[in-house]
Amino acid sequence: MGMTMAEKIIAAAAGESEVKAGDIHTVELDRLMSNDGTTHLTIDMYNQLKEPRIADVNKLVWIVDHNVPCDSAKTAASHKKMRDFAKEHGIRFYEGAGVCHQVMMEKHVTSGELIFGADSHTCAYGAVGAFGTGVGCTDYLYAMVTGKSWLLVPETLRFNLKGKLNDGVYARDLILSIIGMIGANGANYMAMEFGGEGLKTLNMSDRIAVCNLCVEAGAKTALMEVDEITLEYLKAHGREPKYCFVSDGDAVFAHTYEIDLATIRPIVAKPHFVDSVVDAKECVGTHIDEAFLGSCNNGRIEDLRVGAQLIKGKKVHPLVRFLVVPASAEVYRQALSEGIIDTFMEAGAIVMNPNCSVCWGSCQGVIGENEVLISTGTRNFKGRAGHKDSFVYLASAATVTASAIKGEIATADLI
Amino acid sequence: MEKFSGKIWVLGDDIDTDIIIPTEYLALKTVEDMAPYAFSPLRPGLAGQIKKGDIIVAGKNFGCGSSREQAPEIIKALGIQCVIAKSFARIFFRNAINNGLLLIENNRLRDAVSEGDEITVTMNEAIMHKGTKYPITSLPENLMEILEAGGLVKAMQKRNRI
Repeated sequence: MGMTMAEKIIAAAAGESEVKAGDIHTVELDRLMSNDGTTHLTIDMYNQLKEPRIADVNKLVWIVDHNVPCDSAKTAASHKKMRDFAKEHGIRFYEGAGVCHQVMMEKHVTSGELIFGADSHTCAYGAVGAFGTGVGCTDYLYAMVTGKSWLLVPETLRFNLKGKLNDGVYARDLILSIIGMIGANGANYMAMEFGGEGLKTLNMSDRIAVCNLCVEAGAKTALMEVDEITLEYLKAHGREPKYCFVSDGDAVFAHTYEIDLATIRPIVAKPHFVDSVVDAKECVGTHIDEAFLGSCNNGRIEDLRVGAQLIKGKKVHPLVRFLVVPASAEVYRQALSEGIIDTFMEAGAIVMNPNCSVCWGSCQGVIGENEVLISTGTRNFKGRAGHKDSFVYLASAATVTASAIKGEIATADLI
Repeated sequence: MEKFSGKIWVLGDDIDTDIIIPTEYLALKTVEDMAPYAFSPLRPGLAGQIKKGDIIVAGKNFGCGSSREQAPEIIKALGIQCVIAKSFARIFFRNAINNGLLLIENNRLRDAVSEGDEITVTMNEAIMHKGTKYPITSLPENLMEILEAGGLVKAMQKRNRI
């Protein structure tokens, strides 16, 4: 019987010739990413082991991105613990390089790998056809010590993409539409696999944005077929694929969806659920206090270009704070060289160092009681960006920037 | 823990990890310090009312969102002996089992109960509520081993002598 991409990657990692959805297998991990959200907890648990050891230190990548630079003595202590441990054990360590998933995409992930990340948006790595999945710190510790873990082979939802997104519509609108269609647990325990002719119209930035958000539909992982765009991206970043898998013709999918990209429209996810999606037009005129352009989902150079093009020669609305946070140092420097940072600053935006920022509701840009944020971040849960009685709308870089200019939710065509 | 009873607290669908423990309290030193703020965006007084041995009964997609492991740890620290939901988000599911917090999936119970009711759980068999029996499926063997050891680290120590 044929296998899906997810089944093939797990089979390879388990040393089996064939696996099927529903099986539980012990797998060898290729890479283990952890950030300052929970690494201090992993270290505490590690230190309590009787004979602690790291199976293969070369697989570990630790990234400080949630509270950087530190906002309190407490986080400084947590970072110090992480930094000292990484140094002592020779763990690859980044601080200030960017949001963990963007750094992983730029520097480490390759096709066909099986990766655990102690962060839910690890499914982003599917953009290059890698099986990335989020785990907690205990699973991480187990994998760090043994090099292995157990995985339930997921069923797969297959998305056949055709056509092309219209001008003014972005990958962000596509994935929010899909989450709205299948629901916040529509892919729970499952893999979401993307292929078809339409995939070729999505660049790597689009692909990361789509895969990154699949966890908001509950997905265990997201996977995109490896093609020339993937191989070019890897080559440009000095890497070779491990495996280039595609699903077999007779692979079994739990469900197959046909998506015509030309039918996708600008979307907004309303508070407090990512699947509360509506046509962006329905939210036009909604009051906002803050706008955020950044995050592992939408803080790449392509997103900043979209925002800069819209805001060039215009001003941020005087009653709005507009935070622009490049997803990585590499993105930041590229934006500097293209004059994009200047454009944002001339418009009155607050440009910040690469980090998770208000997307995770701590450190920078937190919003107060009854305040409203429009964001390219990953989540709009109640209280996610600050006060428990505050409101987050999710939208594309274009809609967020247009809203920052208007001082209320607006689509780019209204600017 | 073959059979146990407890008073239930009833929650809705999509109880996310930012509801279970908001980001601002993650900087507190221990899960015991964080526990009083559990569920505070949704029900500010709830954590203080929960007593040891109580049970949470919720709707679909319980624990969706972040991989923060403090979420199941705090529920355990509150004394909750098990969470029964229509479905669980997968990262939360792994994290709970890895911390020795029992989770049970049942699609019908949530809509039949009222807060404060008492239910009885017979492991891998059924839940009893006011004379009605809700059959439950047993967990896979590897997960039972982790649960019975009290979590993944303890299971690993037992198995691999680490």
